[in-house]
Amino acid sequence: MDTDEALARHLAKDLEAGFPGLVEAHQDRLYTIALRLLGDRRDAEEVAQDALVRAFRAMQGYDRDRITALRLRPWLASIAINLARNRRRRLDDRQPPSQLEPMLDAGFDPATDGRAGPDRQADLRETQRELAAGLLRLTPAVRAAIVLRHVDGLSVAETAEALGRPEGTIKAQVHRGLRELRSVLEAAGPTAGPRQHETRAGRFVPALEAIR
Amino acid sequence: MTVMPLTETQLEHELWDLRVAAPASVGFGALVATGLADRYAPIETPLGRAFVAWNGRGVSWVGQAPDEATFESRFRAEVGREVARTEALPERLARAISRRLAGDRRVRIPLDLRGHTPFEVMVWMKALEIPRGEVRPYGWIAAEIGRPKAVRAVGTALAHNPVPLVVPCHRVVRSDGLIGQYSMGGPDAKRRVLGAEGLDTGALEADAAAGRRYTGSDTTHIVCHPTCRDARRVTDRHRVTFPSLAAAAQAGYRPCKHCRPVSLAA
Repeated sequence: MDTDEALARHLAKDLEAGFPGLVEAHQDRLYTIALRLLGDRRDAEEVAQDALVRAFRAMQGYDRDRITALRLRPWLASIAINLARNRRRRLDDRQPPSQLEPMLDAGFDPATDGRAGPDRQADLRETQRELAAGLLRLTPAVRAAIVLRHVDGLSVAETAEALGRPEGTIKAQVHRGLRELRSVLEAAGPTAGPRQHETRAGRFVPALEAIR
Repeated sequence: MTVMPLTETQLEHELWDLRVAAPASVGFGALVATGLADRYAPIETPLGRAFVAWNGRGVSWVGQAPDEATFESRFRAEVGREVARTEALPERLARAISRRLAGDRRVRIPLDLRGHTPFEVMVWMKALEIPRGEVRPYGWIAAEIGRPKAVRAVGTALAHNPVPLVVPCHRVVRSDGLIGQYSMGGPDAKRRVLGAEGLDTGALEADAAAGRRYTGSDTTHIVCHPTCRDARRVTDRHRVTFPSLAAAAQAGYRPCKHCRPVSLAA
């Protein structure tokens, strides 16, 4: 958070000199948000890039005080969310929302790649693939709340700010989302290829070790 | 086989692990779109292969270089921004540039001329008005932009043209009729570009050396720069030449309204 405050001050003083720092600090999370909302890499790339460009253009029209006061994390997230929502609408107009699987395959790219051995990696891939698929089955409002709160790691207050909803609504949506994701994972569990003899918990232990 | 329920904490960890790194094109693309970095690609020109750099604001640089690395280091040193090679120009830009090089002055090519002085930009915009296959002296630009004494400064500004060919600084020649310097490879390169535009630079230079600096028609009594399209329509039988505008005026000739010749003494 402190680095974002310093960044906002830098942007307020000299937008062009400060902007590359904003890109560096926020490109991964904006791409992640877009990817987890849309499930398609190319769409996510365009949304993340467009969000950065729109942020720059918006700040061109702001005075110094307004830029200094920006809470960059929720503000940038809200721009990406809106762009993703518009794109989703266009996608829905173009094709029925039944084509989740190809979108998922294209969008899957675990952050844990290279951090774990091949066996664990396969476990992680499987779990995360299911989780990414589960996210796309949530309603857009619940999905956005879960992605900002638990994938991006915003606080409840920041998530509420980014989505323009009351904190109570966010809490309820996050709660509902986690419950639905859990049931998705549990339903998918026994079909997980050669490791289906293992318990669900047994498959999660290595994943957790890899995180720590 | 019982399926153990997943705890909330485990699920949150899994979600947290769905974060991914953005492809490099995301951040760089945003910098290009906002004009804080550039992309470049090769184009074919009458001088062979050149490189064109552009960003979200417009074309920022045209230059020749023996290879990509040389072009990039020159660009970074001169412009002070990051630059990355791409396969080809965006289709619309490529089409606009080739139409401009073919002589279509109406085609709009956005230019990114940040960091240059208003005087330089004025000089370059004036050079854009010179039709393909025609030339004007440095003094003409100086007079047209209302700075008749700034002939040397005009030459300097043209030498610093960051987008040669797109802004046709090659169509501006010395006031004594010599072809003059050219930023993309000296006088010979300038002759080649003008030759590709259909101009006989040998004849032009020979005329200038022989004191034939202006062309008039004895039917209209109008005097032009020799490469003006009106002057080139005059048949040999009716063509008269003058060493100076004063001589033309004395003979009762008025300056052409298209090429607006100026006195070289100015």
